[in-house]
Amino acid sequence: MTTLSGAFFGVIRRDLSIAMRHRGDLLNPLFFFLIVVTLVPLSISPEPARLAAMAPGMIWISALLATLLALDNLFQADFSDGSLVQLMLSPQPLWLLVLAKIIAHWLVTGMPVVLFSPLLALMLSLPEEGVLPLLLGLVLGTAVFSLLGAVGAALTVALHKGSVLLSLLVMPLYVPVLIFGTSTVQRAVDGMSYGGVMAMLAAASAFTLLVAPFAAAGALKVGING
Amino acid sequence: MFQFENFDAFIAMGGHGPYVWGAYGLSLAMMAWLALAPLRRQRVLLATLRQRIQAQGQRGKG
Amino acid sequence: MWQWFHKLGSPRWFYQISGKFLPWLALASVVLIVTGVVWGLAFAPEDARQGNSFRIIYIHVPASFLALAGYYVMAVAGAVGMIWKMKLADMVMVAAAPLGAALTFIALFTGAVWGKPTWGTYWIWDARITSMLVLLFLYIGIIALSRSFSTRETSARACAILALVGTVNIPIIYKSVDWWYTLHQPATIKLTGAPSMHPDMFKPLLVMILGFYCFYALVLLLNTRTEILLREGRTTWVKELAQPK
Repeated sequence: MTTLSGAFFGVIRRDLSIAMRHRGDLLNPLFFFLIVVTLVPLSISPEPARLAAMAPGMIWISALLATLLALDNLFQADFSDGSLVQLMLSPQPLWLLVLAKIIAHWLVTGMPVVLFSPLLALMLSLPEEGVLPLLLGLVLGTAVFSLLGAVGAALTVALHKGSVLLSLLVMPLYVPVLIFGTSTVQRAVDGMSYGGVMAMLAAASAFTLLVAPFAAAGALKVGING
Repeated sequence: MFQFENFDAFIAMGGHGPYVWGAYGLSLAMMAWLALAPLRRQRVLLATLRQRIQAQGQRGKG
Repeated sequence: MWQWFHKLGSPRWFYQISGKFLPWLALASVVLIVTGVVWGLAFAPEDARQGNSFRIIYIHVPASFLALAGYYVMAVAGAVGMIWKMKLADMVMVAAAPLGAALTFIALFTGAVWGKPTWGTYWIWDARITSMLVLLFLYIGIIALSRSFSTRETSARACAILALVGTVNIPIIYKSVDWWYTLHQPATIKLTGAPSMHPDMFKPLLVMILGFYCFYALVLLLNTRTEILLREGRTTWVKELAQPK
């Protein structure tokens, strides 16, 4: 009889080892992230001043899009081979297992984005002051993107071409996080204190962390039975 | 009191005519369609249902 | 009380009852809206700064109200349907989605048309327009989701979940967008603003808002009735309805 923590970490370990086997897939969102940022100076302007003005927004948008791109992997593969249904039948609370999957997913998609963001800040001439709030903000922000995205992914898991619909469903919900995230960076760059906005972002993340696993578990039950 | 000198002035709306009438026109047209479309759909639904019942009835007789 | 609530769950009862006061609702909507339109177009005083283009407010503001209120109607219906497993509530939710989306579109369109003669541009990013646009996306998402599932019950549950998640987010989205734009547009242009409204300008607006509420109720009922006919086609009472009189 597996304990709760046993099941929790078991799911994380399993998802991570599956991800490691397809290491190529891991890199996709990351490359996407880098490519989008590379296209910006080519299509808009390579001038450092202009790049710096756009940097907070561009990096955040790229992170958002990279997460969206990877959301399919959260439930889709497990759904197609039947292991998702197995997971849902297990005695452990579904929300806990869903949370474990989201964490594993974030480790593989959100975390690399966060780790590479200072490099992108450099490429887009973001002033030094912006880097720390960018890092902190992206940790919180990508977590929220993954959590909210999981709800959408759960609703659309059983649908054909669910991924396009998924982006449509989830993007309005991302708006506040995007706004707060870019604001922290912009305020730091402008020399203002950003603690207040960061606290709002942290509060939003905490709230989402509490609510999203339940919503996603509920959504899975609905989506699968369809 | 009527705010315009004459009917032509009413249509012209002090130069804003196309905007005001365009906005009102499209909005009211959409609203009319929103109210009438379900009525039409209901009529079609009931007609289709009636045909299906008649068809079943005839098959039963034959 | 509970008896009434359970009756409410019966699509047939709802169909019959709504049929009775539908004509009155239609009459009220037409009277109020026609009165409001004529009053607003021809008899309300012209605005000192904006001239006659401000008359668009008589459609823009009511449409915006109902677009937003309609989302909550849809979400509440979804919640009721999910909690009490009430088919009728699911039908109301499904009926409310396209209606709300259409009203949101009307609000955005009239807002844009109003903006051009008044501020020189069809589109400007401010808190209200952006929130309206996000509201439109939320509606479209619900509509798209409702069409994606094969069984109606699953479709209704999924839409209810999505609608509830959206409900929590709407005030957050509005507040955050508002905050963002006040930072970036020190001279905030309030596109839906007629901040100091003369009472003679305000009265027709009240009439229009009332008229739009009646209109919303009317169309919602009509669409719900259509849903009922669609889903209850196999029952005897609907078959009887189909018979020529």
